[in-house]
Parts: sequence; structure tokens; C-alpha cells
Amino acid sequence: MNREYYSKLIFEHSRPGRQGFSLPKVTAKDTLDKALPPHLRRQKALDLPEVDEPTVVRHYTNSSNNNFGVDTGFYPLGSCTMKYNPKINDEIAADPVISRLHPLQPVCTTQGALEIYYTLQRALSEIGGMAEFTVNPFAGAHGELTGLMVIHAYHDSRADWARTKVIVPDSAHGTNPASAAVCGYQIVEVKSLPDGTVDVEDLKTKLGPDIAAMMMTNPNTVGMFEKHIPEIAKLVHDCGGLMYYDGANLNPMLGVCRPGDMGFDVMHINLHKTFSTPHGGGGPGSGPIGVRTGLEQFLPNPHVVKIDDGKYDVRFFDSALGRVSSWLGNFAVEMRALAYIMSLGSEGLMKVGPLSTLNANYIMQQLRDLYLLPIEGPCKHEFVFDGLKDKSTGVTTLNVAKRLLDFGFHAPTIYFPLLFHESLMIEPTETETRETLDRFIAVMRQIAKEAAEQPELVKSAPHNTPISHPDDTEAALHPVVTWKELS
Amino acid sequence: MRYLPQTPEDIAQMLQVCHAQALDDLYCDVPQELKLKQPYQLPEEMSEKEVRDFFASMRSKCTPLVCFGGAGFYDHYAPAVINALISRSEFLTAYTPYQPEISQGTLQYIFEYQSMMAELTGLDVSNASMYDGATATAEAMMMCVAAARKKNRVLISETVNPIVADVCRTYARYHKIALEVIPAKDGVTSRSEFELMMGAGDVAGVIVAAPNFYGIVEDYEGWADICHKAKALLVVNAPASALAAIRTPGEWGADIAVGDAQSLGMPLNYGGPYLGYMCTTKALIRKMPGRIVGATKDDKGQRVFVLTLQAREQHIRREKATSNICSNQGLMALYVAIYCSLMGPEGLKRVNELSCANAHDLAEKLAATAKMQLMYPDKPYLNEFLMKLPNLNAQAVVDKALEAGIFAGVKLADDLLLIAATEMQTAADIDRYVEIVKSL
Repeated sequence: MNREYYSKLIFEHSRPGRQGFSLPKVTAKDTLDKALPPHLRRQKALDLPEVDEPTVVRHYTNSSNNNFGVDTGFYPLGSCTMKYNPKINDEIAADPVISRLHPLQPVCTTQGALEIYYTLQRALSEIGGMAEFTVNPFAGAHGELTGLMVIHAYHDSRADWARTKVIVPDSAHGTNPASAAVCGYQIVEVKSLPDGTVDVEDLKTKLGPDIAAMMMTNPNTVGMFEKHIPEIAKLVHDCGGLMYYDGANLNPMLGVCRPGDMGFDVMHINLHKTFSTPHGGGGPGSGPIGVRTGLEQFLPNPHVVKIDDGKYDVRFFDSALGRVSSWLGNFAVEMRALAYIMSLGSEGLMKVGPLSTLNANYIMQQLRDLYLLPIEGPCKHEFVFDGLKDKSTGVTTLNVAKRLLDFGFHAPTIYFPLLFHESLMIEPTETETRETLDRFIAVMRQIAKEAAEQPELVKSAPHNTPISHPDDTEAALHPVVTWKELS
Repeated sequence: MRYLPQTPEDIAQMLQVCHAQALDDLYCDVPQELKLKQPYQLPEEMSEKEVRDFFASMRSKCTPLVCFGGAGFYDHYAPAVINALISRSEFLTAYTPYQPEISQGTLQYIFEYQSMMAELTGLDVSNASMYDGATATAEAMMMCVAAARKKNRVLISETVNPIVADVCRTYARYHKIALEVIPAKDGVTSRSEFELMMGAGDVAGVIVAAPNFYGIVEDYEGWADICHKAKALLVVNAPASALAAIRTPGEWGADIAVGDAQSLGMPLNYGGPYLGYMCTTKALIRKMPGRIVGATKDDKGQRVFVLTLQAREQHIRREKATSNICSNQGLMALYVAIYCSLMGPEGLKRVNELSCANAHDLAEKLAATAKMQLMYPDKPYLNEFLMKLPNLNAQAVVDKALEAGIFAGVKLADDLLLIAATEMQTAADIDRYVEIVKSL
């Protein structure tokens, strides 16, 4: 990370006449003028930066130094599974041949790509305990929406039109209710017990012939395993609804148990969480969805199928819910995930869940005397503190998170889940060494000490970052979102 | 396993701290009957070399072609600088920039991306990206309905790419939007049908394409007025690169511009990742889905960037959010920012000139063989065109060209072939294509 903030925009390096491109010469004259009448051509001159190549390279290199990634340091961001992103996967994703394939070119020239897709789909089905997967959805939320569409298509196929509601726990990720709403469902919230798990008695009062599905993560967003899951699944199934598994928290279940075995009918996986593909500053991710036997026919088009002679084909099924993406999803992300699965193999994948859980419990046990642990019991891959134990100092979760930045750590997830006022959610993942965890624990303890002895130091953090305390209110009141508005 | 650093000794000592004897003790709350009875039925761990070899064998089952296929995905040149910069792990391995103090790199390039997209589309504002052009269009459709309130009818032209229209149709079905097709006549959206359908009332939005699916640059003069009189929004879907050459959505008076920005520096990559863009007017900024980066000041008075207007988003508004979108295509916005910086106005103009010249050259030469003719000969086109094959099966052309390593285009029917050209094909490539057609 830079300590200096390098703040110029690329537009501010522009000088008329500078050039950063290298293209063949234009031999034909006035092509555009001949092809398009004046009123169909762009009217206003295009105002883009005019910069040379070295300036572009230096600009973005310096800009990258104002960023913090998994490769920079520890990223204990709850619910985001910021594990190490293996480099071999990036090399594979940049394949010089596959990167040149046009999605609509004849399938006899894309057999390798289709085999990659198919192999990944089968591996995810085994890991999820599902009959079949599609890797077409682009992200977790897109997977949720597609999964709910599968559920909708299933009820529609039975002419069961009365199911207009989806049950979502009050601790759920915001995408769950948002995806259900986009899919045209009304949301019914089910309460959590003090231990963070679903209140089964409250659930019983919400069930009925109008329930299409229940969405859950397991472990849930406070990092606790929903041990009543068999009973919950039975209750929902008995009333005719389906169970949807939000795979955001799948990581600790690797090697332990499968969503299909827990009673879920439809699930998504975030390849950019559990399967190590980089987050890219907010995408591209990938949100494959899996379904149990009997729901395969509803999965979105296009499908990759293996035909009798061992060849692969792309097919469109009339029974499918329709199309949710242009083609077969974020293909380069899918290649990375398959490389990860192959690198670990069955045995390696079996270790991922338990080791991620060990790392989380190790941190939790060594901070719980200073931070308020609202829920007892072994956590899974993550846990939530309700801020500092000593509330008299006035130091908030936000202050603790910002102070962590000063020590070279990314902040945990804060103020989520909404069950607690001062939620501070920590997920270390399995790829961190014990030494890193020890250093993080030491820093968290030091911050607690600072909060007691010099609270102002923590409240005014961060102190060591290139920028500090941006004015969010002004940004929202008077949005300035382009260079033109700025200049 | 090289990604799992804990040694047996670490594990034993850490378990002690956790008051556990074995790793399985940490799962005492998971009912025994739910636990895996056997390891995953998957291959054993592979060495890095074996993984590399596997993907090399997959590569050997793929053939890159000289690409005359388009249909929404275009084979443009990507400068070497792009790969060098986007693989910097400070960008690649970062999370969504919720902590602006340590994310100015990401926030700054998204701000630059937003500025470039607004400039290209001729609209005021852009979001930080959507998944692809098709889902971006579906989101625009939902935005029209949300902005209009109490109206749920959206019109989409028959000339919009059918893949895009299919995705819109899927979203419309579940989101309870009545999506109706405006018929086309002679390769362009029928103005009279459009006016007739608007006259029936209750329209929240109208979706058209520029260039359209057949490559034709349609004339939308006056369409925005008709929409606005009926309090409907006009949405124009366009491949981003073409906007440097054709009349922009903003210049047509559109309210929303959407499409794929794959043409701005992204490899074809067998369908993704690409980037869906969405731009709109300042008046509609709070109705726009997706993340937005804004400029502000920090406590030292420095100009800095933050995620802003988050009150529209799912993590705050839950089921009342403008969309369910969360992770989008962050890194792909960096492709666009780098590409547009290198290209500048001159470079983008030249890409369009070269693509246009190649397309027109190829179309004329193919027509001269008398085996093909332009389906819509009097319509203006940029770099894509529809060919009618009176006495030849389009599949025969595709198959024969394949033998010569050429992707001849996208077959739309037995006698229809959709052909695109970019700056990537040489005069020799074009001549080879023409010779193949002559030989049939």
C-alpha cells in the first residue's frame, strides 16, 4: 500500500495529440461517412483521455498501490470467504486459445471448453449433493434469483399458482429478500432465537399453502449450524414448499456435510468464495446453482450435455425456465474454480471446512474476554462479536474496524447481521497461517486496550492510510459521479 | 496441500485453545446422520503440473478461428497493457471497496469507468457495472416499471438481439411485467406499430437497439418524444464500442443506455466474463440499480472516492431495493478504463473505421459472387450485416469455412447468415472467405 495518496484521474493526464494506441492504418477513405448518413453518426466529439502508453501504465500501477487485496494482507471479512486466490488458476483462466473462442462458434471447435464446463458441473453436483448444476449465473445474487425461478417454474409446472411467498430468516443476507422480490415473491420473515438459529415455533406459524420456498444459509450468518435443519426441511416440504440453500456460507461444510443431504432442493455456490476465485474488487464472480433429482429440467438454457459418443453439445430445453445469461456464465471464473478443485482433490477439499472452522474458533476463544460474544458454542467458519465488552469507552465497532486498517489488516464485516447493534463479524478462512492469526489476535487485544486507555486514538482512526474519513454524507447529498461533473 | 498452512502440531495446539480433542468436536452440533459417510467421489489431488497438463489437453480440443461472427460478441484487438495491469493482484484480489481508506485504487478506476461510459452513451451517469449486456437490459426493463409505478407494460423491438430479448422475457415472466414485441419491417422497428402500441396506453418503457441485431443503424428521431409524452422511458441497447461512431442514446433523447462493453478490450473468452453497462440521466440516478462511485473530500481536504447512494441497494433496502445485484463485474470495468485510456477518441474512431471498412468490403465482395445478397440492401450498417443465400445453405458455408479456420458468421436460418467484421481480419482473410463462397 502507498502511504502517499496518488490521486490524479487519467483524464487529468490528457494532452491533445498524445496517443496510446497502435492499430493498422486506415486505407479506405471516409468509410464511416459513406456508410452512415450524418444524422445516424455520433454528433458530439468524444471526450476521452488522450494519453501515451507509459502514462497509462504508471497511472494504474500507482492506483493499484492504493488498494488492499488478499495478496496484500489478512482479510477477516465475515461472510465473504476471502481465501488465498491461487496463481495457477489465473494462468489457466488467461488461456491463449480458449480466450479467443466466440460463444456461438461451432461446438466441434469448442469441445475442450464444454468439457471444462461439464466437469465442473459434475464436481459441484458431488460437493453439493445435488443431481445437476448449471454454471450460467454470474454471481451469488444472480444464482439466488435463478434458483427461485427454478422453484417458481416447478410450482407452475404443477399448476400450483397459490404459492406467492418466500420465507427468509431475519438474519439473512440482504440479497435473499431482494432476489425473492425480483422473482415476484412476497417476503415472510421468520424470527431467530437468541442463539441465532431459526425459531422453529415461529416458522410453524408462517407455513401454509401460500409458501413457495424457504431460503436459508447453513451455517447461518452468525456462524452457527442450524441443527434443526432436518425438522425445518420436513416442515417446509410437508406444506409443499421447497428448500433453498444460500451457498454464501458453504466453506465450513466442505468435507463435513452436503446441502443435498440436509434436505435442500435448490442451492447456489459462490465460486468467488468457497472455490477461491478472486473477488476482483466486486466481481466478476460466479453463482452456479444445483438442484435435486426432479428439478433438472427447469434449469436455465443453454445446457451443456455429454452425448453418447463422448462429445459435448449445447442444448436448449423447452422445459427450462428460460435464459438468464447470454451464454454459459463467466467462463474464465469457472476455469479457475475447476483448477482449484483439481489442485485440492477429494482429500484436500475434505480438509477445507474443518480447518476454516478451526481458525475461526481459535480467534474467537482468544478474544472473547475483551469482545462481547453473544452466542456460545463452537462457531463454524465465522463468528460475530457484539462490539467491545466494555461499552463505557464509547468506542464502536466502526472505530475498531477502522483502527485495524492502521495495523495492515482489512476490516471485518461490520453492522451485519442486523441481530446485534455492534456486529463485528470475523471469518479468517483456512489459508491463513497460525502466525497471522496470532498477530491479528494481538492487534485486536491492543485495540481493546487502547479503547480503555486512549479512546480518542481509536475513535479518530484510521491514522496510517492514504486517505481518512471521507465525507460520505456530502457524497450522497450531492452526487458527483463523473469526471465531467467534477471539472 | 500448499494452500493449507496448518501443520499437525499447529492443529493440535489450536484445538487445545478451542477446548477440543479433534476437529470433529467443532462439529458436535451437526447431527451425525447428516455428515458425509465417505470422501467426495472426485479425483485425487493433482500437482500443479498435472493441473496445467489437464487444461492444456482441454485447449487442444479447441480451435480459435478467424472470427466473422458477431451477434453481440465482437473480436476486437486488446492491447498488451490490459493484461499486464489487470493481473496486478492489488486489483484482482481485492473485495468490493466498502473500506474507502484502503480501496482508492478500485474506487478511482470505477469512477473513471463511469465517466467514460457516460461520455460514450451521451448520458449523465453510469453505475459501476452489471453482469452482461442481456441482464443489464433486463434490469433496465425493471427500472422502467419501478420508475413508472403502477404500469407494467414494456415494449421491446423485434430487432433487439434475440439472446437479450430472451433474458428480458425470463425476468419479465417472474417479475410480472407484460413484455410485448414491436414488430419489424424491412429489418427495422416498425414506427407505425410502435405508435399504435403506445396509443394503447400503460407503457412504462420501450427497448430498442442501435445498431440492431442485423447490424442496421436505425433512425429513432422523435421516438423519445413519443415515449415521454406517454410518461414512458426510452431504453437503447448498444454494443459499447460502436457508440464512438453512431448517434448515441443520449443524442436520441433516451433515458437509459444499456448493453455489453465486451467490445471495449475484453477477450471473447467463450462468453465471459463480459460487462453489462448501464447509464441514465441525473434525474433517474436514484432509480438505477447497482453500485455507484462518487467523489467527495476526506478530512485532509483530498479529493477521494467512495461508494455512494447505497440506500438504493439490497444490503440496506433488502426486498425494497432497486435490484438484487451485489457482486457485479468490478474488474471488467478496469478493462474498459485501460482500453479507453489507450484508445482515446482517435483510437476508438479508427477501430470503428477499420471494422466498418472490412465489413463493407466483405459484403460487397460476397454479393459480387452472386451466391449471397444483402438482406436489407438499402439500410445503413456499421460492421455487421445480414446475408441472404438464395441457392446455398448457410450451414454449408459455415462448414466449408471451418475447414479453412474461419468462423463464417452466425446462421439465423437455412438461407440467412449474420456476418460481422472488426479491425482483426486482414484483407487476406476477407479474400479467403470470398474464395470459399465462390467455390460452393
